[in-house]
Amino acid sequence: MSAIYILWLRELKRYTRSRAQIVASLGQPVLYLLVLGFGLGPVFRRAGSGDYLQFVGPGVIGMTILFSSIFSGLGLLWDRQFGFLKETLVAPVPRLQIMIGKTLGGATVSVIQGLLVTIVCVLAGFRPANLWLVPIAIGFMAAIAVVFAALGMALGSSLQDMQGFQLIMNFLVMPIYFLSGALFPLTGLPVALAFLTRLDPLSYGIDGLRTMLLHQPPFQPAFHVATNIAVLLCVAVAFLIAGAWRFSKIEI
Amino acid sequence: MIKAQNLVKTFGSFTAVKDVSFEVATGEIFAFLGPNGAGKTTTIKMLTTLLRPTSGSIELDGLDPQRHQNEARRRFGIVFQDPSLDGDLTAWENMEVHGVLYHVPHKVRRPRIEELLKLFELWERKDDQVKKFSGGMKRRLEIARGFLHTPKILFLDEPTLGLDPQSRNQLWSHVKRVNETEKVTVFLTTHYMDEADRVAHRIGVIDHGKLVAQGTPKQIKEQTGTENLEDAFLALTGSTIRDESADSADQLRQMAKMWSGGRR
Repeated sequence: MSAIYILWLRELKRYTRSRAQIVASLGQPVLYLLVLGFGLGPVFRRAGSGDYLQFVGPGVIGMTILFSSIFSGLGLLWDRQFGFLKETLVAPVPRLQIMIGKTLGGATVSVIQGLLVTIVCVLAGFRPANLWLVPIAIGFMAAIAVVFAALGMALGSSLQDMQGFQLIMNFLVMPIYFLSGALFPLTGLPVALAFLTRLDPLSYGIDGLRTMLLHQPPFQPAFHVATNIAVLLCVAVAFLIAGAWRFSKIEI
Repeated sequence: MIKAQNLVKTFGSFTAVKDVSFEVATGEIFAFLGPNGAGKTTTIKMLTTLLRPTSGSIELDGLDPQRHQNEARRRFGIVFQDPSLDGDLTAWENMEVHGVLYHVPHKVRRPRIEELLKLFELWERKDDQVKKFSGGMKRRLEIARGFLHTPKILFLDEPTLGLDPQSRNQLWSHVKRVNETEKVTVFLTTHYMDEADRVAHRIGVIDHGKLVAQGTPKQIKEQTGTENLEDAFLALTGSTIRDESADSADQLRQMAKMWSGGRR
């Protein structure tokens, strides 16, 4: 247990010490929020779907958590290069504990990052519909963070170096983001696109976030809340197993 | 304490370690010598559970490190050839993380970290992030960390690389001390033959993945008919210079240096 704790703490310390990185990683979500939020707002309203800034807020929060948690897993590549990974791999601690400590650390950092973006959203004019549901929304953030931190660990354990990084970015992370409905409603889509969005675990996370944070109507949830929770939990378990398995196979 | 039999490791078509067998007795200091790329680090990685041997068997304190990984890992400590510190953490925190990972009890941990940081003259900088340290200081911290838990076997992979004579002296006297007082078995590699001659009880010379000589420093000198270990080493391994190809890790390290403005 203490190994999980110390590795979790390490991720947190690294995060709080890289202030420049914290500010830099807020840049992209702010851009999406402000430019899309205000840019597409008039069209969205004319379509009768309400305020786009309100709609895109949870999407941008989900995006932040997705990126931050996948990158935390890929941070394994840096640990590999700077050698710290070796230090943990020869320690007399089951690799499962090491993997869990790092995954939870990455997920915690991602949730903090998500909360920072939530604050930015509120400053930009975003208002949660019901404050009592905000803690449940944070639960959804945590679920998204664990799912993708575990996926990041599985990927980070499988890659030898940064060569595969662009590949993962363009063919995995960006599609997950764009297909998740972060930017557009998942209802009334063409069949093929609707099918793809249902394969994307982030869809259920962002839909859950919106269900907790937005007024209904104008927002219509694409899935039942129970479906959202069930899918996220199953995917989290599957990715954690995959991550633990890949991590146990690392050779240096 | 350490027993390797017919150890082989191949990477694709390249054979890094060819049929290497040796034994290191409890309380012995064994120096594993060889030119660059001879297979020293690969052998250490196999002994320390980081790599699976292609064939052959290993025993650490009677345990197979592949089958009883955690039990085997409890028994050894290692100072790696290349850096393995976390640059974002302070010196103290690096020691603390190590102590927790190696199950050093809380009460023993603090005084022991303090003692080691003072011994290797890092105490004043204990709260500084490691990335701000000079190469020599990082090296000293790695070594201090290796001594934090008291292992039965200590692996030292070129520990004195980049150290000044003072720190080197400090290191070897500490190694000798733990070897004598706590009967720690030491398995080391180095390029400095005088060091091997001074501290090692027995020496193995490896070249092109093969063990070419084994024995006490005296025996090796007699075997080759040379005056000192350096000449004996050259007689055994020839005088051509070896190159190790830069692997992807080196390339990435270079890239990382570029990105972080050479801070790490």
